[in-house]
Amino acid sequence: MHSYVLRRLLESALILLGITLVTFVLLYLLPADPARQIAGRSATAETVANIRDQLGLNDPLFVQYGRYLWNLFQGDMGRSYLQRAEVSELIASRLPASLLLMLAAIVTELLIGLTIGIIAALRRNRPVDHTLMIFSFVSISAPQFVIGILLLYVFAVQLGWFPIGGYGTFAHLVLPALTLGFLGAGWYSRMMRSSMIEVLRQDFVRTAAAKGLSKGRIILRHVLPNAILPIIAMIGIDIGLFMSGIVVVESVFGWPGIGQLAWQAIQRVDIPVIMGVTMVSATAIVLGNLLADLVAPLIDPRIKTK
Amino acid sequence: MRKLLLTGASTLALCAFPALAQVDEDAPQGGSMIVTYKDDVATLDPAIGYDWQNWSMIKSLFDGLMGYEPGTTTLRNELAASYDISGDGLVHTFTLKDGISFHNGREITAADVKYSLERVTNPETRSPGAGFFGMIDGFDTWNAGEGEGLSGIEVVNDKTVRITLSRPDATFGHVMALNFASIVPKEAVDEKGEDFGRDPVGSGAFTLAEWTPGQRLVFERFDGYHRAGVPKLDQVTFEIGLEPTVALLRLQQGQADVPGDGIPPAQFLQVMNDPAQADNVIEGGQLHTGYITLNTEMAPFDNLDVRKAVNMAVNKDRIVRIINGRAVPANQPLPPTMPGYAEDYEGYPFDPEGARQMLADAGFPDGFTTELYVMNVDPNPRIAQAIQQDLSEIGITVEIRNLAQANVIAAGGEKDQAPMIWSGGMAWIADFPDPSNFYGPILGCAGAVPGGWNWSWYCNEALDARAAEADAMTGPENAEAREAAWRQIYLDVMADAPWVPVFNEQRFTLTSDAIAGDASLFVDPVHIPVNYDYIYSTEAE
Repeated sequence: MHSYVLRRLLESALILLGITLVTFVLLYLLPADPARQIAGRSATAETVANIRDQLGLNDPLFVQYGRYLWNLFQGDMGRSYLQRAEVSELIASRLPASLLLMLAAIVTELLIGLTIGIIAALRRNRPVDHTLMIFSFVSISAPQFVIGILLLYVFAVQLGWFPIGGYGTFAHLVLPALTLGFLGAGWYSRMMRSSMIEVLRQDFVRTAAAKGLSKGRIILRHVLPNAILPIIAMIGIDIGLFMSGIVVVESVFGWPGIGQLAWQAIQRVDIPVIMGVTMVSATAIVLGNLLADLVAPLIDPRIKTK
Repeated sequence: MRKLLLTGASTLALCAFPALAQVDEDAPQGGSMIVTYKDDVATLDPAIGYDWQNWSMIKSLFDGLMGYEPGTTTLRNELAASYDISGDGLVHTFTLKDGISFHNGREITAADVKYSLERVTNPETRSPGAGFFGMIDGFDTWNAGEGEGLSGIEVVNDKTVRITLSRPDATFGHVMALNFASIVPKEAVDEKGEDFGRDPVGSGAFTLAEWTPGQRLVFERFDGYHRAGVPKLDQVTFEIGLEPTVALLRLQQGQADVPGDGIPPAQFLQVMNDPAQADNVIEGGQLHTGYITLNTEMAPFDNLDVRKAVNMAVNKDRIVRIINGRAVPANQPLPPTMPGYAEDYEGYPFDPEGARQMLADAGFPDGFTTELYVMNVDPNPRIAQAIQQDLSEIGITVEIRNLAQANVIAAGGEKDQAPMIWSGGMAWIADFPDPSNFYGPILGCAGAVPGGWNWSWYCNEALDARAAEADAMTGPENAEAREAAWRQIYLDVMADAPWVPVFNEQRFTLTSDAIAGDASLFVDPVHIPVNYDYIYSTEAE
């Protein structure tokens, strides 16, 4: 097990290294010149040249990349071109908000998704099932921007139950977490439904029924624990899904997370910030996948760690 | 809806006028307001901040020697008690007001002026505004990283600073009113280093009390401000991270006073058709022109008749309708609120028939195929489609290149890449209200260089010489002649038709009932979206 974990960690580090390389090269190939973005429209050619020189943008690609990696290993992600602040500080000030939102969204999607999935599986092919599956279809397809605005309008503006965007209290968290969790809820309800249906067909379920156990007991003690296993392994992978979702949701609700930071940096070609946010999200995704793989054998011994 | 038209013509003299009674001096002090923004503030360092969002915030946190009468484009003395210009226009002497101090309590002296101007022009500061100070003697060596500061700036005594220029420049007063010329305390900059932009210390009407990244900034009244009775509000809170659509909802619920990003395009008609909301909208001009550049170095736009034909083919009224009438059609580079605007100039008529004929006479009876570069954010692609349609009427086939802003700017900076660019989203908004500001970088030879902003690559050396002559006409007695000279320069530019001026955007500022002030303060040409210093709360007593 230990050597397996070690190997997976090493693999993850290599993947992250690859991501830094690809992102760096892509940003380098971008026709937009960061020096010109910093210099603004009134700058003379000398000013632009001077900025490019100071930032080392004249160096060959591999020198720039090598310098970036060297600094990164020492924990220095550089300073934002535009804000001039340390990238690590910018990210650190925003990461807690994003993590909180992500955690709340996972809870939300599991609560909604699993409940719907269980009910649909138990009422398979009946009107309830069809209605719930249409709901899950809608929640998967609907753009998060639209859902976010809709929730805001109904629950914050019309009903006044929640604040109109912002950050700080539990009430601020509810609508963004719902919006972000909504998409996952659709997926989870479908997975839970099919997983439940499969388990319900198993021999041990029939045996339990033959033993004379009550239906509730069969479902709670025998079906659910087995049906839920493949779902838990999915949560880690979800983190990747959320990384793209939070950019939209954070911007709708004014949630001060790293999605908001990334969006602004991309607009202004603020390369150190783009690199930093990409690194943090990539790390989250890689760790999420790693976690999913490590947890899987623990909950299902049939999966071997090789 | 209240409408406001600014008159700029007589407002250009370099010396300060007495207050124009635009501002309600007796307005009560107290209260607060909430301004919303989508994007977080990049920086509040006056040497670095250069976007429309932080521009007016910095104006409220810092002061320069010069400033503007609220709601106007009229220069006035700010930290300077007096401002004298020598007869040859080269020596500019400023005397500081008595008893003025920074937010940290230290008195402002002439040495601070020298320090601040040398900081912004120091290449290590990497200021986007350094180029504005090119007329100060010694700029070239200092900005190249040599020497010991700006030799043109001399501290005469604690209260007096003398600035010598290498060439007479009538815009120098405006340059001293730019944010880049704000006076900053050396000790605070030294202490905070690169983080000065997060923790600014100036001498403006407000101090920064709180900045929580991605959430809010809070400005509080600076009690030691050098103008008595200013600012009116005790506190201005900027709520960050709110989509314009969400900001509008907040305003309607009374949870915000000014949506800083304006009325979202999708909701514009809805707001304007609702009398209750439309009453709270103030419309005003903007120092902005949206235009199509025609690359004079690329065939067939190297042919003057082709450029004229394109000018005659574009239906500007229709484009204005596309953006719900949020602009007025333009026929020249300068916007109507800018001194030097030629009111009696009629421009190229909209005449597709004549344009087709002109194109045929120029040797293109069957038209040609070309490319139009455009920034990929609404409404610009829709405007590009309208242009495409107009030009197809005269036989020109236009392929639209929809790109991110930075990529369009990069394409424009290459001599042979973009035959046509629609400037929307990157259009010129004046840095200061002077006609010269629309020339150099975007129409002069200096901008027609790789990486420059003169995307039509128009370089007319005779006009460049006349522009330099006009800027050498300093002093209030020459103001009128100078304005006339600039007016003629732009008319001569139009004779060469390197641009199709399309429209001048209007500003529509929506506010809550809780704040008030002269209408001009809500469409202040220098402070966007509103002049934070002079607006007052209706709840204050």
